Amino acid sequence: MADTESSKTTPADAEADERVRQVSWLRRALVRPELGSICGAILVFAFFLIVAGDTGMFSPEGAINWGVVSAQFAIIAVGACLLMIAGEFDLSVGSMIGFTGIVIAVISVHWGLPTWLAIIVAFMMAVAIGAFNGFLVIRSGLPSFIVSLAFLYILRGLTIFLAIATTRQTIIGGVRDKAEGDWLAPLFGGKVFTGFFSWLAANDWIRTFERGNRAGEPVVDGIPMLVLWAVGLIIFGHWLLTRTRFGNWIYAAGGDAQAARHVGVPVSRVKILMFMFTAFCAAVFATCQVMEFGSAAADRGLLKEFEAIICVVIGGALLTGGYGSVVGAALGALIFGVVQQGLFFTGVESSLFRVFLGVILLLAVILNTWIRRSITGER
Amino acid sequence: MALIELRDIEKHFGPVIALNGVSVAVEAGQVHCLLGDNGAGKSTFIKIMSGVHQPTRGTILMEGKETVFETPRDALHAGIATVFQDLAMIPLMSVTRNFWMGREPVRRFGPLRLMDFGRANSVTVEKMREMGINLRGPDQAVGTLSGGERQTVAISRAVYFGAKVLILDEPTSALGVRQTSNVLATVDRVRKEGIGIVFITHNVRHAMAVGDRFTVLNRGRTLQTFARDEATIEELQDLMAGGQELATLEESLGGTV
Repeated sequence: MADTESSKTTPADAEADERVRQVSWLRRALVRPELGSICGAILVFAFFLIVAGDTGMFSPEGAINWGVVSAQFAIIAVGACLLMIAGEFDLSVGSMIGFTGIVIAVISVHWGLPTWLAIIVAFMMAVAIGAFNGFLVIRSGLPSFIVSLAFLYILRGLTIFLAIATTRQTIIGGVRDKAEGDWLAPLFGGKVFTGFFSWLAANDWIRTFERGNRAGEPVVDGIPMLVLWAVGLIIFGHWLLTRTRFGNWIYAAGGDAQAARHVGVPVSRVKILMFMFTAFCAAVFATCQVMEFGSAAADRGLLKEFEAIICVVIGGALLTGGYGSVVGAALGALIFGVVQQGLFFTGVESSLFRVFLGVILLLAVILNTWIRRSITGER
Repeated sequence: MALIELRDIEKHFGPVIALNGVSVAVEAGQVHCLLGDNGAGKSTFIKIMSGVHQPTRGTILMEGKETVFETPRDALHAGIATVFQDLAMIPLMSVTRNFWMGREPVRRFGPLRLMDFGRANSVTVEKMREMGINLRGPDQAVGTLSGGERQTVAISRAVYFGAKVLILDEPTSALGVRQTSNVLATVDRVRKEGIGIVFITHNVRHAMAVGDRFTVLNRGRTLQTFARDEATIEELQDLMAGGQELATLEESLGGTV
């Protein structure tokens, strides 16, 4: 019985083998997770160079402008990327950003404790909540979509409650004044290479302020720490995923958790650690933002979880897990930053950015599905 | 002495008696075929052998010593590797990453511990070549391999990591003719390395092609164990199905089953 069945399937199999062997180097190069985001990045840059080349978008000030926005996307995208490759989602990223910011502001401004202590406590709380999130997903066996959706509401509600219960307002200001002279705060709110930019300005290679109390100082006086955090997290994430044993476990946990467990991969530990890392990234984002604005607001980070997921999907990761690239996610974040700020420079109605998000998400998912089919040979 | 011997294994799931006295002994360098129709208890039995379930009654002897496998890891450490048909490989990952999954070689790089891809890749390519699979490259995704090749990767992975007993759960049931013969050839090659193989199937022809001994299960019991020259395909098939019904069926199908 089995023999008659299998003889029917043989011609198709032989055909499939032939096709696999004839794969050209071009096709092999195309079948990479980063493909979509590389093409997208090139297209987006080419488009805005043509359309907005003379608007100052690609001057140092302009570049810092979209660079910072891209870096914000990138920080949360790296966490979301590793978590998605490990086979899970975290929809509570945005709420986590608001929560961490308010915790820092309440501890440092309202309670008057040192800023470094506030930052450390906020990070520990964020990572602990991330761990609890992951623990619930693993123990309950429920989809992380549902568990983290619950936390999206729980954390947002707690954030608003915490802000109102302590200060009777949802925006807490004065964080920057409080952080003056703190040793930890500049790690998130400071700027680096300021000497280099002053030197450039002194040689008249970049623009300086001509009037006002900052006259003579360079317009771009340094690279914000936020950008450094983004670059650091991207390098760390990429290295972890592609070069280490733990990276192999991340792929395995997301590719097929059961198969991974059978060969001794500690799947639960991997997933919980990735939830913690995602929360850590959200905390970095929140701290940088609080230090930059000098205030925390309970509604910060709205919709950030979805923007992070879109960056990751544009970067070539599969929603089902087991496949993706941190570099791709970073390029996805770059596309976002450039388009969001590019629309501003070209004077296009900024609501169109949402339209762009939706369209590019659809295109990315279609491309990713095609790539997966090419790899697995499924039809 | 048998590599692994299971004596009078019983397994109850609440009111259901899945196994009611099954005994099997696997010798080194032999293929022991476990035959039985659906529901005969084959799956439960290999899950007990690989530590997934614990027997309600009965003893497991590993190289003569009484052993209890609390977890699949225990069984793995004792040298029992299981290749499940659908759980063998992760298609989106490369052959190398799959091959080393869970046991990645690590190279120290200062304070950092990196995965040693140089060694991992060369060993993988070499082992695959030994099994007759020429990879395009070690980073080729497992998804591009055929079903038979995936089984072969899983088998050679188990052998490389020191399996003494290899349990193959229906390795040929979803494969075409050519792929089946490739997998059977792999089984034969592994047997010659002195590894004891438990080959689970309900296809008597595939069992006869490589088997040294045959145990037929029916309704949770061992019906009988044969050596290779003690039984014919027809006898085994009759036993598996419980005789009568299949005999009449076979007549109408003209001996194609």
